Amino acid sequence: MAVLVVAEHDNQRIKASTFTTVTAAAQLGGEVHLLVVGHNCRAAAEQAAKIAGVAKVRLTEAQHYADALAENLAPLVVSLARSYTHLLAPATTDGKNLMPRVAALLDVAQISEIVAIESSDTFVRPIYAGSVLATVRSADPIKVITVRGSAFGAAAGEGGAAAIETLEAIGKANRSRFIGRQLTRSERPELSAARRVISGGRGMGSGENFKLLEEIADKLGAAVGASRAAVDAGFVPNDYQVGQTGKVIAPELYIAVGISGAIQHLAGMKESKVIVAINKDEEAPIFQLADYGLVGDLFQVLPELSCALDQIKTS
Amino acid sequence: MKVLVAAKRVVDANVKVRVKADGSGVDVANLKLSTNPFDEIAVEEAVRLKEAGVATEIVVVSCGTAGCQETLRAAMAIGADRGILVETAVELEPLAVAKLLRALVCKEEPELVFLGKQAIDDDANQVGQMLAAMLDWPQATFASKITASTKLATVTREIDGGLETLELQLPAVVTVDLRLNTPRYATLPNIMKAKKKPLETVTPQTLGVDPKPRLTCLRVTEPPKRQAGIKVSDAAELVYKLRNEAKVI
Repeated sequence: MAVLVVAEHDNQRIKASTFTTVTAAAQLGGEVHLLVVGHNCRAAAEQAAKIAGVAKVRLTEAQHYADALAENLAPLVVSLARSYTHLLAPATTDGKNLMPRVAALLDVAQISEIVAIESSDTFVRPIYAGSVLATVRSADPIKVITVRGSAFGAAAGEGGAAAIETLEAIGKANRSRFIGRQLTRSERPELSAARRVISGGRGMGSGENFKLLEEIADKLGAAVGASRAAVDAGFVPNDYQVGQTGKVIAPELYIAVGISGAIQHLAGMKESKVIVAINKDEEAPIFQLADYGLVGDLFQVLPELSCALDQIKTS
Repeated sequence: MKVLVAAKRVVDANVKVRVKADGSGVDVANLKLSTNPFDEIAVEEAVRLKEAGVATEIVVVSCGTAGCQETLRAAMAIGADRGILVETAVELEPLAVAKLLRALVCKEEPELVFLGKQAIDDDANQVGQMLAAMLDWPQATFASKITASTKLATVTREIDGGLETLELQLPAVVTVDLRLNTPRYATLPNIMKAKKKPLETVTPQTLGVDPKPRLTCLRVTEPPKRQAGIKVSDAAELVYKLRNEAKVI
């Protein structure tokens, strides 16, 4: 039994999602190898080699791997697949884009977004926006799996001393071309990995009003998220979206402001340790799962919350 | 340019599903079924391409039981020209659906295949990517903007960090995300016209595909339900409780 994890990185650093995928990989038993593919990404490979539980890092560098096109990465993963029983990737947009291509080339099923591992061939995954959990067993010789990061703890970043093996880059597909990216730059913690998150919904009324949330986020060291409605309305960019088809997160603290609590939004945050809801509608469904509910006008409550946080020293 | 669109019939997005008492599956009896919302967006995008004069014919495909004919008629009422039902009682997994679509792509030879990025029942998010791999075509997933000409598709995708733009040489597979467009409502005259549009039925056997599932579902459960907590009267009380009771700040 051997597990290959396709690492997610920006050529400099390994992303948080990879650490939780390594935890899942380790639960399967067998050696865990990390595949680091990119361009000038030796630094990422060296960081990967230190992750606890990783036995080997396999590094491939080439210009055509720079932008993580699935058409280039999939054949590479497939070329290595024969040595492994399991191929894992984080269930991020990159992992979701790539792994089904790998599964199809191997003619095996993919098991998407696992939240638990029962055995080397049996996995639990959410369906119907997480309102149902399905336990499935795969009969395929190679299991291709994406891992929901919020369901697993992060592997330690130190303690590993894996060897780094370099591999030949293989052929590039030439019918897709990377044109560009528009990424949100922020000093705040990354939404998927943040311990605390404050999210705004349609009730925020405008993108400008998100400043009220940002002020509180800064005092809490929190990330800022949003419901689909807020993104659709253009208040914030798409990468803020928490929900069934956005990011699924499980922070220690989730504060939902002006969010009614549609099933699809709950799917993205209902595993949070503590949920707070602030909404002027006391019938809003979000109050049915909030640990602490505050019925009130967010434009009045948010400044009060900001003041109250100033009164105490937050850690 | 021919565009092929795949549309799945699923439990309606507003319906709350329950699992059967014996945990053997989700109880879908008597539940309202609708077109997967992402697939409605895919159909709408294909129709817009036709209205822009880029696409010449739109073929919509649905795989499953005979009831999927409603999904095809709904798509034709929006503007698809022809429907194909791949009729089977087998519970289809994404790998099988991709193979069925590949067989149809080989027959129909579209330049573009549109699919929703995921179905809201199984939340798999696999078919488009699998189909692209089987055809050795380029793919662009989670599209929020598509500009297509006869040779190229420029697609902006929603990714975790923001947006990414790719240029694909056709033929290609694109899976669509929520913000690509807002589907129109079908008008009554178009609903009536859709009843007369061609609808062909095929089976996995006639397409040469074995749809047998690879996964066995051992059980389904509902996750533990969160209970409502307490109400607090103001921000000061909230902060007090978060610090001293919940100990999260």
